[in-house]
Amino acid sequence: MLHLILFSVFGLICAAAAVNLLVQSHPINSALSLVVVMGSLAVEYLLLGAEFVAAVQVIVYAGAIMVLFVFVIMLLNAGKDERTKGSRVSLFIGIPGVTIGSVLMAWVLITHSGTRSVEAGALPGDPRQIAQLLFHQFLLPFEVTSILVLIAIMGAVVLAARPEALQPTEEKN
Amino acid sequence: MVPLSYYLVLSGFLFACGVTGFLIKRNIITIFMSIELMLNGVNLSFVAFAAQWHALSGQVFVFFVMVVAAAEAAVGLAIIIAVYRTRETLNVDQVNLLKL
Repeated sequence: MLHLILFSVFGLICAAAAVNLLVQSHPINSALSLVVVMGSLAVEYLLLGAEFVAAVQVIVYAGAIMVLFVFVIMLLNAGKDERTKGSRVSLFIGIPGVTIGSVLMAWVLITHSGTRSVEAGALPGDPRQIAQLLFHQFLLPFEVTSILVLIAIMGAVVLAARPEALQPTEEKN
Repeated sequence: MVPLSYYLVLSGFLFACGVTGFLIKRNIITIFMSIELMLNGVNLSFVAFAAQWHALSGQVFVFFVMVVAAAEAAVGLAIIIAVYRTRETLNVDQVNLLKL
C-alpha cells in the first residue's frame, strides 16, 4: 500500500513536470521541470529495487546532463520561445488521434496485461550484481561505450571550439 | 505492490510528452530536452520489465542508454552552440538552409 502511494505521488509529480516542460515557453523553466522529472524517476527506480540505476540517474541525468543544458541556456542567452501556428491537420487529426490512441493503450495495458505485480524492492539491483553482469556478460559493449564517450568528448570539443581557435596559424581578428 | 501496467502507462505518458514537445517546440534546446524526456520514458519501462522478470540485464541496458544519452547531450549541445554561432538564432524555423 505504501509503495502504491509513493508510486502515485511521484508518478503524478513526474507527469505534471513533464506537462510543465511542454507548457513553459522559457527554456530554463523547461530545464528545471526536466530536473524534477528525472528526480522523481529516480524515486520510481528505487521503488523498483534498482538502487544503482537510481543513483546513476541522479548523478548523470539530473546532475551532469542537466548542468550541461542549463549552462548552454545561460551561454546562449536563450530567450522566450515564439510559437508558430500549427497546421490544421495536426489540430483536427493529430490531437484526437493521439488522445484516442493513448487512452486505448492505457486501457489495454491496465486491463489486459499480466496480473503479476512488481514487488517493490524485491529485485536484487545492488551495484555488486550489476557489476558482475557488466564486467562479464556485457564486457565488450562496456568497452565500446568507453570509445563512444571518448569520441563524443573529442567531437564536442571540435564542434564547440571557435573556428579560429582550431587554426593557430591564421591571423586572429 | 504496484502493477507493472502502471509503470508502463507512466513510461508511455513520458514518451508521448517527449514526442509532443519535439513536434510543437521551436526552441532547439527545448527540442533537445524533449529527446531526453523520451529516453527517460524508455528507461522506466526497461527497469519495470527488469523487475517484472527478475532479469538484471534490463538495468544494465539502462546504464548503456544513459551513456549514449550523455554522449548525445555533449555532442548535441556542441552542435547547438555551433549553430548559434553561425546562424545567430535558436529557432529551428529559421535554420532552413536545407529547405527547398
